[in-house]
Amino acid sequence: MNNSTPTRYEQLIAGARSTEMILNIGPQHPSTHGVLRLEVITDGEIVKEVIPHVGYLHRCFEKHAENLTYQQTIPFTDRMDYLASMNNSHAWVMGVERMLGIDKDIPKRIEYIRVLVCELNRIGSHLIALGTYGIDIGAFTPFLWCFRDREHIMNMLEWASGSRLLYNYIWVGGLFYDLPVGFEERCSEFVDYFKPKMKELNELLTENQIFISRTANVGVLPLDVAISYGCSGPMLRASGLKWDLRRVDEYSAYPELEFDIPSGKGEMGTIGDCWDRFKVRIDEIEQSLRIIEQCLDRLKKDLKRTPDFDPRARLPKKITPKAQDFYLRAESPRGELGYYFITDGKTEIPKRVKARAPSFHNISVISEISRGILIADLIAIIGSIDIVLGELDR
Amino acid sequence: MKFPEIKDLLVNKFGAEVIEGEETSGRQPALIIKADKIADVCQELRDNENTWFDFLSCLSGIDYGIEENMFGVVYNLASIPHKTQLTLKVRKYHDRNASTLPSFPTVSNVWKTADWHEREAYDLLGLHFEGHPDLRRILLPDDWEGYPLRKDYKVQEYYHGIKVS
Repeated sequence: MNNSTPTRYEQLIAGARSTEMILNIGPQHPSTHGVLRLEVITDGEIVKEVIPHVGYLHRCFEKHAENLTYQQTIPFTDRMDYLASMNNSHAWVMGVERMLGIDKDIPKRIEYIRVLVCELNRIGSHLIALGTYGIDIGAFTPFLWCFRDREHIMNMLEWASGSRLLYNYIWVGGLFYDLPVGFEERCSEFVDYFKPKMKELNELLTENQIFISRTANVGVLPLDVAISYGCSGPMLRASGLKWDLRRVDEYSAYPELEFDIPSGKGEMGTIGDCWDRFKVRIDEIEQSLRIIEQCLDRLKKDLKRTPDFDPRARLPKKITPKAQDFYLRAESPRGELGYYFITDGKTEIPKRVKARAPSFHNISVISEISRGILIADLIAIIGSIDIVLGELDR
Repeated sequence: MKFPEIKDLLVNKFGAEVIEGEETSGRQPALIIKADKIADVCQELRDNENTWFDFLSCLSGIDYGIEENMFGVVYNLASIPHKTQLTLKVRKYHDRNASTLPSFPTVSNVWKTADWHEREAYDLLGLHFEGHPDLRRILLPDDWEGYPLRKDYKVQEYYHGIKVS
């Protein structure tokens, strides 16, 4: 098109002085958490400008979704944010159910099981974020502890769905299977086991003076910048705003559950620094445990499994929503996950699907908050954003 | 502010011709805005304290099909203080000739979110955004041919000697 005016990228590269160096971090670098490439203009150890390059893991989700039925796309949503597959498919399924108008007919037991597995998955996802963040900063032990505890979650979800990472468990109108017999008890045991482990993790890492020195006052993200860049989830909450779509939109079983929304308070430095983002995830794990306990309580009592309960009883045979546009947003562990559907009302295949991935927005702010910092701090900032390239590139 | 009030606000501010139509049949009502005015409308909706749409949730480029030859952009706005949502749409006819691209004003100076989203719409649908500071491909390689989410897209046979179709 109009090639006469150079793009901002071309101006930045052309404007680098001879004393400055252009350094590529990634795409194959352990601390970029996947195939993310950062082009960094540096002056010695000082970062002048960061230019993120994404797309190395683009797998054409939106193109696939235009050629598959709604049920067939569920496994593809699992593969977007592969650390939180349950949350991804939950959002997709809710969107389709609302378009069909059957979202109010879903049995309570199914809604509670969905919330239970989503929150388990949220804990698993946050554990990876916390553990790998420790590694980025130079602490190896928390990583092993987090993976040890996440293994219990993986085993439980495998027991329920049949696979460890990509579950295809939540279906439109129901579930793949009911929970296996004894799942609720096993899950309660896990909660009891896991609570003291979180205390240990806090003692080892969160309150560790070396860790605080590396993360407090680093990568401060002011609230107005966060909102302008569309940051959401723990990123936005760490900047001091109590904004959680589970409360705002009151979807699924969340209106009946009690939990708080943690937000950054700047306890160790400034509001919105790397330590706050880390702490918000720690606090969210605690809140997720609260939600899980309430879910288990109800699943053991008034929503107990009955012999005639069939989680597939209400699966629609044919999914053809009437012609409409619909945007659904839900809170994934990384933030606002949205699906925008356009349907024509005639076929079982959507006309257009757009996925709004939280990591996509969260990483776009990185060049804004990493000017004039040290390269080592840049690694601390990338880790604190907690990106999953699978959903960033879709 | 409810949907009819937002409509009145825009009509009072920019005149009746700014709204080309509305869609109220679905679960989420949408306003179809005159394409040239979209940046001004977005600025007003963001800055006006009664609407305060400070968060751009999603921006999607759309190809409405080969028969219609219509391209569009959909803006999903959210207001954090008011906890409301709004959908805006713009659309333009384009005959799909390769020498020009359907062109819309950029909103990247209203919300920074739109920067990468507009790059994505350019990358996958070949929409041009006037005034965008950094309109490059984002997900696909810089030398990729064609725009994959267009309904008439044919994938190239070879890419750097690698067979792709």
